[in-house]
Amino acid sequence: MSETVYRKKRFNLFRPGTWSASQAEAVSGYLFISPWIIGFIIFVVGPMIGLAWLSFHRWDLIGDPRFVGWRNYERLFSDKLFRKSLEVTILYGLGRVPLGVIVALATAILLNQKIKFVGFWRVIYYLPVVLPPVAVSLVWTWIYNPRYGVLNGFLNGLGLPSVSWLDDPNLVLPSLMIMAVWGAAGRNMIIYLAGLQGISKDLYAAADIDGATPWTRFWRITLPLLTPVIFFNVVTGMIDTFKLFTQAYVMTEGGPQNQSLFFTYYLWRTAFQEYRMGYASAMTMVVMVIIIILTLIVFRSSKAWVFYEAEVKDGK
Amino acid sequence: MATSVGRRKTPNYQLRRTLSHTAIYLVLVLGAILVFVPFAWTISTSLKTEAQTLKSPPEWIPNPVQWQNYPDALTARPFGRYYKNTFIITILSVIGQVLSSAVVAYGFARFRFPGRNLLFIIVLTTLMIPFQMLIIPRFILFKELGWLDTFLPLIVPNFFGGAFSIFLLRQYFMTVPLELDEAAKIDGANAFQRFWSIMLPLARPALGAVAVFEFMSTWQDFLGPLIYLSSDRNYTVSVGLAAFRNDYFTAWHLFMAAAAVAMLVPLVVFFIAQKYFISGVTLTGAGGK
Repeated sequence: MSETVYRKKRFNLFRPGTWSASQAEAVSGYLFISPWIIGFIIFVVGPMIGLAWLSFHRWDLIGDPRFVGWRNYERLFSDKLFRKSLEVTILYGLGRVPLGVIVALATAILLNQKIKFVGFWRVIYYLPVVLPPVAVSLVWTWIYNPRYGVLNGFLNGLGLPSVSWLDDPNLVLPSLMIMAVWGAAGRNMIIYLAGLQGISKDLYAAADIDGATPWTRFWRITLPLLTPVIFFNVVTGMIDTFKLFTQAYVMTEGGPQNQSLFFTYYLWRTAFQEYRMGYASAMTMVVMVIIIILTLIVFRSSKAWVFYEAEVKDGK
Repeated sequence: MATSVGRRKTPNYQLRRTLSHTAIYLVLVLGAILVFVPFAWTISTSLKTEAQTLKSPPEWIPNPVQWQNYPDALTARPFGRYYKNTFIITILSVIGQVLSSAVVAYGFARFRFPGRNLLFIIVLTTLMIPFQMLIIPRFILFKELGWLDTFLPLIVPNFFGGAFSIFLLRQYFMTVPLELDEAAKIDGANAFQRFWSIMLPLARPALGAVAVFEFMSTWQDFLGPLIYLSSDRNYTVSVGLAAFRNDYFTAWHLFMAAAAVAMLVPLVVFFIAQKYFISGVTLTGAGGK
């Protein structure tokens, strides 16, 4: 950069001096990220345009797509199953996300109490996270089996009546939530544990001098400082809810009474069982808008409840 | 330094401390039991006779112990083939994902170019798009390419970098001192040489984390293979397991044997590579900040 050399320029892309240092740097940068750019265009932008286009057509994969204008969207408004699938998905998310946060956070706080063998406990609680969902779904279907399952066996042993778990329209979602917390709490626990370990000990020491109880310390120090991590968890948890498929496919087939008709399962059924590609595309478009709105709401609300240390430092 | 500012160590305080510690261990043990019951129930069922699985109340100890369930389950469908398929898909996906994401992450971490921040924000935004939303157009794309019922739709996209891996690797690359690059530059190393022989060896922990995450997510994937693979000989373990369930309705002793084996592979990988998992998840969590 410091030395400027005058040369007679002949056009050669690769000759030193053709490009200034910053231009050369930019070219290298673009070259390095080019795989992502190409992939982004082929596997994200292209499909998105295709999705929008398809949503105005009718197509069963055979023959040519037929343009139908807004008819797919109009039909969505009176599609009871579509509404049901949104209801089920959002209801599940509203239960599953907070439940997951509480369980993972509580476990992380326990592990942060100067106990022995933290590494051992961490591994134990993380185990379910690595399992394939199809295998897990099979196992839990058997655990929840109303007649021969171990859960009802346990309840009966305590003198309690059997419960129909997955076969009961009111219990199918809570049952799936319990299973999901079992399967995922470990991952979030590790994230929280890292967050907890990042909190300065001086803050707690100062609180001790002021005579704070463990309860106030939790509400005034631990929780506020963890809100960025919790926020991250809420956003990813919410998006995960819209991905839910395997459980519905393996365990419930959307039932009973469509009470576990998760959106992705309904989407799969419409597109790949009934081959209504256009209609399923319109469905996806609507849900993408819903996800964007939900994400914006969460991000907006984050200003009120997420605490960033850096902001305070910069502000003063 | 902070410890000296604690409470006074009166006998009463000591007692309360011991009690609360005991309570914590009790809760932790209880939690561990809750984690293990489904595993134990799987193993227990996988060793029972069919008659014993249909006993109410359920029995925990298999009697007689029927090891034959494992060979029976694994040959009821060509599971050997499913495992081979899954390994091929997984290994190639991991290689593609790690290499391409590292290259891209290096571009974002080490070069200044117009639009860099905007492009990186786009990378992060794609993290928020569930792939499930794009299954229809991607299915049509792969159909047009003639890739349906091959492993290509499951492998090839991994060679264009994954948003999450790019993010994780970039974060890590940023922590590597720039001086190393500068020194190599003076020695005449070009950008790719600096990436390959300076950055990659230093970034082994992050590369390991990306590799194990990609391994797990490919191994766990169900919807992708379910849509793209249609003939039995191309099935992955997950798709085969789901199909196996539909073959028989109540052969729970066989289902549990097949499920136990399916869980074994990721568990083994996890035990071998656990430090990468923990550091990887921790790096992810830092993304929240």
